[in-house]
Amino acid sequence: MSTSSTDTLHATAVELADRIATGQQSAVEIARAHLERIEAVEPSVHAFLHVDGARALEAAAAVDAKRGRGEALGPLAGVPLALKDVLTMTGAPTTCGSRILQGWHPPYNATVTQRLLDADLVILGKTNLDEFAMGSSTENSAYGPTHNPWDLDRIPGGSGGGSAAALAAFEAPLSIGTDTGGSIRQPASVTGTVGVKPTYGGTSRYGLVALASSLDQPGPCARTVLDAALLHQVIAGHDPRDSTSIDAPVPDVVSAARSGDVAGMRIGVVKELSGEGYAPGVEQRFHESVQLLSSLGAEIVEVSCPHFVYALPAYYLILPSEASSNLAKFDAMRFGLRVGDDGRLDAEQVMGATRQAGFGPEVKRRIIIGTYALSSGYYDAYYGQAQKVRTLISRDFEAAFAQTDVLISPSTPTTAFRLGEKVDDPLAMYMNDLCTIPSNLAGNASASFPVGLAPQDGLPVGLQVMAPPLADDRLYRVGAALERALTAQWGGPLLAQIPPLPVTSAEPVEGRVVAGALR
Amino acid sequence: MAYDEAMATYDPVLGLEVHVELNTASKMFCGCSTEFGAEPNTQTCEVCLGLPGSLPVVNATAIESAIRIGLALNCSIAEWCRFARKNYFYPDQPKNYQISQYDEPIAHDGFAEVEVDGKTYRIEIERAHMEEDTGKSLHVGGATGRIHGADYSLLDYNRSGVPLIEIVTKPIEGAGAKAPEVARAYVAMLRDLLRALGVSDVRMEQGSLRCDANVSLRPSPDAPLGTRTETKNVNSLRSVERAVRYEITRQAALLSDGGRVKQETRHWQEGSGTTSPGRSKEQAEEYRYFPDPDLVPVAPSRAWVEELRGTLPEPPALRLKRMSAEWGYSDLELRDVVNAGALNVIEATVAAGASPQSARKWWLTELARRANELGLELEETGVTPAQVAEIQALVEAGTINDKLARQVFDGVIAGEGTPAEVVESRGLAVVSDEGALGAAVDAAIEANPGVADKVRSGKVQAAGALIGAVMKQMQGKAEPNRVRELILERLG
Amino acid sequence: MALTPNDVADLARLARIELTDDELELLAPQLDVILESVAHVADVAADDIPPTSHALPLTNVFRPDVVRPSLPREDVLAGAPAAEQDRFRVPRILGEEG
Repeated sequence: MSTSSTDTLHATAVELADRIATGQQSAVEIARAHLERIEAVEPSVHAFLHVDGARALEAAAAVDAKRGRGEALGPLAGVPLALKDVLTMTGAPTTCGSRILQGWHPPYNATVTQRLLDADLVILGKTNLDEFAMGSSTENSAYGPTHNPWDLDRIPGGSGGGSAAALAAFEAPLSIGTDTGGSIRQPASVTGTVGVKPTYGGTSRYGLVALASSLDQPGPCARTVLDAALLHQVIAGHDPRDSTSIDAPVPDVVSAARSGDVAGMRIGVVKELSGEGYAPGVEQRFHESVQLLSSLGAEIVEVSCPHFVYALPAYYLILPSEASSNLAKFDAMRFGLRVGDDGRLDAEQVMGATRQAGFGPEVKRRIIIGTYALSSGYYDAYYGQAQKVRTLISRDFEAAFAQTDVLISPSTPTTAFRLGEKVDDPLAMYMNDLCTIPSNLAGNASASFPVGLAPQDGLPVGLQVMAPPLADDRLYRVGAALERALTAQWGGPLLAQIPPLPVTSAEPVEGRVVAGALR
Repeated sequence: MAYDEAMATYDPVLGLEVHVELNTASKMFCGCSTEFGAEPNTQTCEVCLGLPGSLPVVNATAIESAIRIGLALNCSIAEWCRFARKNYFYPDQPKNYQISQYDEPIAHDGFAEVEVDGKTYRIEIERAHMEEDTGKSLHVGGATGRIHGADYSLLDYNRSGVPLIEIVTKPIEGAGAKAPEVARAYVAMLRDLLRALGVSDVRMEQGSLRCDANVSLRPSPDAPLGTRTETKNVNSLRSVERAVRYEITRQAALLSDGGRVKQETRHWQEGSGTTSPGRSKEQAEEYRYFPDPDLVPVAPSRAWVEELRGTLPEPPALRLKRMSAEWGYSDLELRDVVNAGALNVIEATVAAGASPQSARKWWLTELARRANELGLELEETGVTPAQVAEIQALVEAGTINDKLARQVFDGVIAGEGTPAEVVESRGLAVVSDEGALGAAVDAAIEANPGVADKVRSGKVQAAGALIGAVMKQMQGKAEPNRVRELILERLG
Repeated sequence: MALTPNDVADLARLARIELTDDELELLAPQLDVILESVAHVADVAADDIPPTSHALPLTNVFRPDVVRPSLPREDVLAGAPAAEQDRFRVPRILGEEG
């Protein structure tokens, strides 16, 4: 990596946008640097399922041309971005990390995708994920796992491991994730990056291939708080094509991220999200952060959310129930994989054979559980009761927010575990989302910010901030305060401490499509 | 077993489920057109194809129509209701779940009244709920092009997502032997009501109004309900009546032989006039209903509901009362008109200028006969109310007579043009040339001296034979009253 | 509750996933453990608690009844596993009709 290339790759999105706008560096040059980096580190990281260098360079050239004509550029124009492969984009495959969608080219753009394109971001490609976003390690991808750039033997989190790893590996300064139970925040936490799950309804789900419709939410991923806020601003806001989209102004996340002032803010520490099962290094960095916030003028109070202990079981009923219905459309009739159509098997048998071959074990597990939970004899005891628990969790949040401005907890109970360590133990895997799930059930805004490395293993620890619905700006205020103070302590961003990745010599990338899905 | 015999032994209970396709411009959850008859798969998008990532948004007009239908059926309108997913796999259903309503329908607990042979039957409405239509399949190979035995199928999703309202009755009891007629009258009433509301094209032959008929028998009206069958694919008013009658007879024969009725779905076979069992399922249907998380609740404000109530057309009972007064029909005449389903066409014919009696005459005789022969509804014979009024005007002007008018109907139905054009092209106008007519009268008197003598001696009714002879000679193109006048002038 | 491989097979049939015997044997105990764990939602007494199906209390979200352009048919059929006569070709359907 040349110095100037390192400088480009390590720059923030804000800096890159500024260089493009002032003509200091072209968007094409920036895109090319990132494409070369992708070429160099993808063999070891595997953050992407699809990269379209030609298209990215074309988009970058269009931004440069626009600037050349003296047209106004948006705040992130020309900045490269990695899109989670669960959002549709025309002209590229959308696989959701599943064999059943291999090679499927959607005929329409997700609203988030469209807004990125309209804002002139340069989409480099689609990132890896657990199949249909079901997982916490990206090991459930049909196309192989993504590796954590901090330690290639470790998981990058999930389901959005690709989007988080792309940031930590300096393959892109920005990425898009989607969060159903922590799929933005948990990967952010274990890769030392920033991930925000907006208030449910704050970003459009149109074109996001649904896992659990009442929980899913796209959100920004970045290496800095301000970058995340600017990306949030681009993708958020009312979408008439999503009935659950909120028709209200987007909270002023950018100003909050610039301010970072927490003086007088009341910050609640959730009693239930600590203790047994939490790694000492995680707890240590969390407590240091609490003290740091206190020293910055925040008022720290302990709050109790007694029903949070029921969040995990409620989530693992609601999610599979909705998923079992959402994934019924993958039936080999209109799109995607078709197996066994030999003229002898009937439609029902072809559906069964295709879904057998096209879905991985975790997807099958959850579909079966959801099918069971929604069955007439069990609905009340399972799905119905889980929906009531959801009400109780929302009430816990309401009570807590009556006395605080935000709540905080560790983002995950542990740092990144080893690849393969939990694949055969679904329940242990589900525990990763313990802290993140309550906000999906209640729909409030939530984010993970890096707060250091655990002393035991030198791996990143994340702090979760939870804000009331539509108060997404408060997340950024707290995140920016932590970032400013910690960066000063560390003498630079946390990611400056990441060990270098093995690099393969870069080849020319122009016109090359890396079809990760075909590997 | 004969129907009468069946009715002597059993009491039938009906249940009717009617699916109505709304005539909104766009589909229930997306902006695709609902226009009937477009090229396959040209009115589809990611939403109605159920492509991954797409999301539904409810059509406001469909909600309005649903509320208006509910109000017109005297239903309570829910203050808060939701859409639910009905999960089942079927290739014509792109998401493999149908967005429908389950335990929270938008309208519930209403009623409607129908009249059969002078007796009023009150039909309790259980619910009217919103849902979406499925795509259409074309079955290729096999012997008949039907689903059974086909090699494969071809799917067109133009109809997928067209808004439907399903109107479900409570068990209809007390119809007795009139059950088939009551079923028909109910569907006809719904059709008229929906048309008056302007919410649907209600074209049964295009499938925009579809009826499933539940039938069960019990030994007596105070016995518990028997096992029911659900007959699908009943797609004309006539079929509703026939299918119910067939099912009653079939079940009665089964029960009389000591057999049992199997709870099942059956299909109406129009050709043979019978029902046949559907595919038996290995396991009971398990639809796994749950509230659709992609949609938010519908909570129509009371002000909105009242505003919509203000847009309702005149209630059928009031309308009947008004028409009876305006048209001067006897009770018997009015009942015939209602039973024939001719209220709308007569109203339109009167509006086009015909007298109520002449309008009634044409629709209930000439056109009813033709409709019956062709197995069509009155509206579907190809003659419009305006054309009927025009033909009647021609009769009153003396241009044609009643007998010639029938040939004009033939011409209009055959597509030969307007009534005036048919009269012209077929040369049907009555001969008003008094010279030719007088000569024909003179010839008839001369050829029938005996008859002429009788008339001369005062037996005026004998003139009929002479009139007939004149009409024959004139090839029908004479006005019989004028002929009578001329005969009596000469023989008086 | 002890789910048997047979129970799992029934559920899989309902979900249209053809599972192998090996998968059934593997899945049954796994699902059992998961179901036992999620059944804890019943531990909290919530008889008087309304269920939440939507995180935010939105109602009456409608679109005007306006026709928007459909997708071009070639785009619609481009992703189809098989197409014929401008329609999606699917294996024979075991039908409802008798």
